[in-house]
Amino acid sequence: MRGGGRGRGETVAENLNRGLHAVLGADEGAYLLGEDVEDPYGGAFRITRGLSTRFPDRVRSTPISEGGVVGAGAGLALAGDTAIVEMMFGDFVGLAFDQIVNFASKTVTMYGTRVPMRLVVRCPVGGNRGYGPTHSQSPQKHFIGVPNLALYELTGWHDSTDLLREMLAVGVPALLFEDKILYGRPHRRPGPVDDLFRAEPIGTTADGPPVMHVHPVGLPPDFLVIATGGLADRVHAALRTLLVEHDLAGHMLIPARLHPFQTEVVAPWVRQAGTVFVAEESTAGGTWGAEVAHRIAQNCWPALSGPVRLLHSRDAVIPAAPHLERTVIVQEETIGRAIREAFLD
Amino acid sequence: MGTRRLPDTAPLSRLRDEDLSRLLLIRHFELTVQNLFAGGHLSGTTHTCLGQEYVPVALEPLLKDDDYVFSNHRGHGHYLARFDDPEGLLAEMTGRHGALCAGVGGSQHVRRARFHSTGVQGQSLPVAAGTALHLRRTGSDGLACVYIGDGTWGEGAVYEALNLAALWRLPVLVVVENNGIAQSTPTSRQMAGTIGGRAAAFGIPHLCVGSRDVNVIREQTAAAVATVRDAGTPAVLEFRTDRLGPHSKGDDTRPAPERAAAAARDWYLRYRDRYPEQFAPADEAQRHRMSVVAADVLARPLSRWEP
Repeated sequence: MRGGGRGRGETVAENLNRGLHAVLGADEGAYLLGEDVEDPYGGAFRITRGLSTRFPDRVRSTPISEGGVVGAGAGLALAGDTAIVEMMFGDFVGLAFDQIVNFASKTVTMYGTRVPMRLVVRCPVGGNRGYGPTHSQSPQKHFIGVPNLALYELTGWHDSTDLLREMLAVGVPALLFEDKILYGRPHRRPGPVDDLFRAEPIGTTADGPPVMHVHPVGLPPDFLVIATGGLADRVHAALRTLLVEHDLAGHMLIPARLHPFQTEVVAPWVRQAGTVFVAEESTAGGTWGAEVAHRIAQNCWPALSGPVRLLHSRDAVIPAAPHLERTVIVQEETIGRAIREAFLD
Repeated sequence: MGTRRLPDTAPLSRLRDEDLSRLLLIRHFELTVQNLFAGGHLSGTTHTCLGQEYVPVALEPLLKDDDYVFSNHRGHGHYLARFDDPEGLLAEMTGRHGALCAGVGGSQHVRRARFHSTGVQGQSLPVAAGTALHLRRTGSDGLACVYIGDGTWGEGAVYEALNLAALWRLPVLVVVENNGIAQSTPTSRQMAGTIGGRAAAFGIPHLCVGSRDVNVIREQTAAAVATVRDAGTPAVLEFRTDRLGPHSKGDDTRPAPERAAAAARDWYLRYRDRYPEQFAPADEAQRHRMSVVAADVLARPLSRWEP
C-alpha cells in the first residue's frame, strides 16, 4: 500500500509473534505445537521466534504429523489447556481435517453439554509467491459451516494480541488463516491509509472482532467490497485507481472473523452502497464469498442494486511459474476490471 | 514384556463377586440392546462387545479416577466397567430422559468425567497423547488409556500418536481388543505384520494377553500399567479376544464353525460351568436388573437438547 507507513514500525509477522508471546505469557496452560517452530529457526515463516526460548516446555517442534499434532492440541484443549497449532502451510490442514471437523469442533456439543475447546490452528495461506499448487492455496472455504468451528483471517489492521484473546475466549476451536503475503508488510493502525483513504473499526465487541472499514475520506460509497485480510491491499489499490481514474468511490470492509459472518455489522454499509462485491483469494466454487452473498441477500435484498458479485481466483490449480500464477490468482487488475464492468452493465 | 500368546483354555479362577456381577451386567446390557433393536426400540446402529466384556473389567482396578479413558465404537463395556450406570447409557442410546449426553452422542459418543468415546477409528489416540501431555505438565500420575481394535491399526493417526507418545515420553496406555475381525474383514486380510512388531518399531513395550481370566489378566498387566503411570511412557496391551456378535446388526459373515469356535471360548460359559453355584444367582440378578432398567428407561419421556 502507498502512504500510511509509520517508518520502521512493526510488521504483521512481528505483531503476530507478539500476540503469541502474550498468549503463552498470560496462560501457563497454553501450548504452541508445530513443525520446526522452535528456535533458532522459529517456524518456516519465523512467526514463532523466541517462543521456545521463553517457554521451552510448552512450545514444541513436532514430527511431520499434522493430524496427530492437531489431535494432541485437541487433547490439551479437552483437558482444559490452551493449544495453538501451526500448520507450516495451510494446504496441509487437509491432513488434520478429521481432528478439526470430527473431533475438536464436535466435542463442544456432541456430548450433550457444552465442552469449551480452546484450540487455534494457524494456517499460512495464499499464493503470489511461486510456491506452486500444494503450497499456495486458500482452503478457507472447505471449513465454512462446520458447527462450533470459527474461521478467522489475519488482516494488516487487527492487532493479533486482541484477536487471539478473542478467539480463545469464545471456547470453540478456531482456524486462523494468515495470508503469507502479509507477513512482511507493515502492521497498520486505524487512521489514514494514504492521502485519500482512511481505515476505521466498526462493530461493537459483542458482535465479535471489529470489522475494518477502509474508505475514501468524505465520499459516500458508490459500491462496497467485503474483502479478506489477505486481499485487502489488492482491493485498496484497485479502489484507489477506480477513484482517481474513474471517479468511482468504493468502500471496503475487512472482517477478521470470516465465519460466522457478522452480517449485522456490515448491513448498514451494504444498504448504503447497494452495489456489493465480495473478494477473496480462493479459487471459484463453494466460496466464502458465496456464503457472504447469501447472507447479504437474505438481510439486505431490497437495498441491493443487483446480485452480490464474487471476486476470486480462477477455477484452476495454482501454477508455480509466476507468469502463470498471476493468471490464476485474483489480482488488483482483475478486481478493478470486474468492478468497472459491473458499472458498465 | 514379551509377545507370548498365552493359552486361553486354562480353567478360570474364581472371581470376586463384584467382578462377576460387572461382567454379567455388561453381558446382559448388550443382550438387552440386541433385543431392543430387534423390537424396534433402538434407532441407528450399535456395536455390542459380547465376548469382550472381561477386558475393561479386568483393567478397571488398575485405572484411577483421574485417568483419561478413550473408548471407541464398541464402547458399552468400557463405560459400564468404569461407571455402574446402565440407565444413563441405555437412556443415551434410546434418547430418553436421563441420557448421559442428552441423546446427542448415542451409542458411540459418550462422555462422563474423563471418559470419552468417539466413532472415528484411530481419532482418539492423538487426543489421548494431548491429554497425557497435560497430565505430565500438571504433575499428575494419571495416564491416558485408549481402547482400539485390530482394525484401527489401518489408520495413520495411530502411528502419528505412537510416535509422539514415545518421543515425548507420554503416559499413554493403548489397549487393543484384537478380536480377529474388522467389521467383516479378517485381521489376516487387513494387517501385514503384527501389532507387536508395529509397537516395537516405536520402541514401545507390547504385551500380548490371551487369557480370559480376570484375575490372571490383572496379574499379567499390572506391572505394565504401573510403568506407564510411574515412568510416564507408553505401552501397548494387546488382548486376543473374540467378538461373539455381529459388527453391528446382522452383518456377521463369518462361517458357522468359526462363530461356534469363538462361542466355545466365551468366558460366560466357562465361568458358568465351573462355578455354577456362584454364577447362577449372579447371572439371574443382572438379567433381572437389566430387564428393570430397560422397562424404566423406555417408559421415560424423550430427552431434550438445544444446540
